[in-house]
Amino acid sequence: MYSFTPTEEQQMLLDAVKRYADQDMRPAAREADEKSELPRDLIEKGWELGVLQASIPEDYDGFGEYSTLTGVLAAEAMAYGDLSTALAVMTPNLFALPIFFSGSEEQKKEYLPAVIAAEWKAYTAALIEPTFNFDPWELTTSAVLAGDSIVISGEKTYVPYAAEAEAMIIYANLDGETQGFIVPQGTEGLSVGERQKTLGLHAYPLYSVTLDKVKIPADNRLNGSEGHSLKSIMASSQVALAAMAVGVAQAAFEYAVDYAKEREVFGVKVAQKQSIAFMIAEMGTDIEATRLLAWEAAWMLDEGKDEADKHAYLAYNCAVDTVMMVTDQAVQILGGHGYIREHPVEMWMRNGRGFAAFTGLALV
Amino acid sequence: MISFEMPKPLVQTRTVVKTVAENMMRPVSREMDENEHEIPWAYIQFMHTAMKALGGSSMAADDPPKKKEQDPKKEKRPSINYQRLMVMVEMLSWGDAGIYLCTPGGMLGAAAVGAAGTPEQKKRFLSLFQGKEPVFDAMAMTEPEAGSDTSAIRATAVLDEKTNEWILNGEKIFVTAGHKALVDSKGFIVVWASLDLEAGRAGIRSFIIEADTPGCKVTKMEEKLGIRASDTVSIVMQDCRLPFDNILGSPTIEKSTKGYKGAMATFDATRPIVAASALGVARAALEFVHEKLAEENITIRYGLPRQKMTNLEREVIDMETQLRAAWLLTVKALWMADNKKSNALIASMSKVKAGKVATIITQKAVEIMGPVGYSQEYLLEKWFRDAKINDIFEGTGQINLLVVARNILGYRGSQLR
Repeated sequence: MYSFTPTEEQQMLLDAVKRYADQDMRPAAREADEKSELPRDLIEKGWELGVLQASIPEDYDGFGEYSTLTGVLAAEAMAYGDLSTALAVMTPNLFALPIFFSGSEEQKKEYLPAVIAAEWKAYTAALIEPTFNFDPWELTTSAVLAGDSIVISGEKTYVPYAAEAEAMIIYANLDGETQGFIVPQGTEGLSVGERQKTLGLHAYPLYSVTLDKVKIPADNRLNGSEGHSLKSIMASSQVALAAMAVGVAQAAFEYAVDYAKEREVFGVKVAQKQSIAFMIAEMGTDIEATRLLAWEAAWMLDEGKDEADKHAYLAYNCAVDTVMMVTDQAVQILGGHGYIREHPVEMWMRNGRGFAAFTGLALV
Repeated sequence: MISFEMPKPLVQTRTVVKTVAENMMRPVSREMDENEHEIPWAYIQFMHTAMKALGGSSMAADDPPKKKEQDPKKEKRPSINYQRLMVMVEMLSWGDAGIYLCTPGGMLGAAAVGAAGTPEQKKRFLSLFQGKEPVFDAMAMTEPEAGSDTSAIRATAVLDEKTNEWILNGEKIFVTAGHKALVDSKGFIVVWASLDLEAGRAGIRSFIIEADTPGCKVTKMEEKLGIRASDTVSIVMQDCRLPFDNILGSPTIEKSTKGYKGAMATFDATRPIVAASALGVARAALEFVHEKLAEENITIRYGLPRQKMTNLEREVIDMETQLRAAWLLTVKALWMADNKKSNALIASMSKVKAGKVATIITQKAVEIMGPVGYSQEYLLEKWFRDAKINDIFEGTGQINLLVVARNILGYRGSQLR
């Protein structure tokens, strides 16, 4: 049977995230973007909602059961508040979830409780490389097996909270396959560069990371010597980003609708002009369609359906376009005002464009 | 709990209908397209028998097979009638969208009766489809000077108080399957007419005209770009007298447009069904593209970053994504209809999206396939022609955008024209 109604628990979580988005994220977002800094108590408050904690079982000190769909619902609601804050709250996911999906039992026991301990701590991951031709399946960062050790060399970029992270997963190319390696902060050869400046996401601290013959025990490879597939990590990233793109689009859409119903032009509201009303109709339609693609892909992943990975990719593919179209149209509907930083739509537009480049930057 | 699992009975429906599409539609697709006003009787007879055997025979949601006594202890399952209809319509349109429109049994007319009729009317008119011979219905709304702007309808209905009959006068055009409903079978059409031209939309009602009613004539059969197996006709009503009970909804004009809105509610069910038909044609075209690419040993690589995709991969993956997106909107719209949730917004969204997507996919497919796509050796060029109607009938894409916008903005028609 089809159903489009979240469970009661999911709805409660969504309501809590929505309150946090409206009451905490929104009022802080602009200043955070201008100052390139997120208040720690804002992140802490989001962390206390317990989205990640609730998706990790009790065996590893969590208090719930993993569900991609629940993660996707929460991710959309988070991003609706503010993308930088949402990504910050979710940064530990980048470390914890790959271990949960693909790590060995020992790795789960060792790391998961530390990550989901009481307060938010920076745990992160380094996947993206500084080239336009970046491909997560064909990394240039190399990992070489040397006896009981692995030696990693290469350049990474867009590594969230790299400067203060306790540890990170570094993805590298081992014999042609992308593998994740757990690297603690302070490991020799690991150097964190300057904080990066990007088109959007100003409040979210991203760093370049250089790996100069970083030597770690071979046991630090995700799932030890057996290794792992990148598939579940990529699929998780794709549905998370799809959902978050929908959240950003929804925010811009609502703002533009409110504005268009308020602003007068030639004696009527802007929204009463067909040219604007049609934009709004298409924005609304594409947002709903993209949301359903993300939900379906998440549901397929949870159910272990054939082609779930493909659907995660399709949802992401669609969301990248939807969020750009919607945020751009929102700026357009506000006209000159949309271009002024007094309104948030220009920020959402800058953030929206990033989804094409955010591969692996969010996981659920 | 959110779920995208197709209900099991529908999986079965899909398999059965696919066999019909493959065996009764595809083989005659080209022939029916080339001989415009011929009627696909073999398909019609087959469907009539099959649908009677299954018990359902119309698009009205509450036309289930004979109701079994409900066990009060058992939890009542939500209906899946509209969802079933979607599966059928999608697959039949995948077979052939023109022949699908010749499916006997209740279509748009029955949907109107189902949405706005009294229990007696439902019994009286929906039972017409249960007879030995296949019977058709149709919806007559458009006039030479009134398309989607129904307030411009000039056809009139006047009550003759002496005989307690309605007298209808006016002309209707673009009536899909009107010839089959009135001439080729003992069916009926649902006609929109005004009780009072001064009253605007508030005065508009729909009426049922049965075959052989004096004063009602089919006057013209159109020649079309596509869906040529389906007849599209003009109808003239000249002092056409109908029994009083043939009116759908209230016979009195209130100040409000409640009666009119009731009639418009029909579209909340029919628009996603038209969307489903669009999806079927689009899927046929996309599958054809995949087949031809496979013949040339070209594989579409999913999961690549965008800068590494070929243009062909980008196009095909976009087509697939958009088709799925439209499909999901349609499923949700009909799931809401089955669960008696108000679905006006998403119903129109699904129609907008599916109409547009089907048009773009078939056009892109012909482009990508080059000389193969353009050739009449294959059906792709026909699907290109067939698909376009979905962006036009049951409200053009633009009208549906207007409905979507009004719903989002909370505007009445007078606030957003």
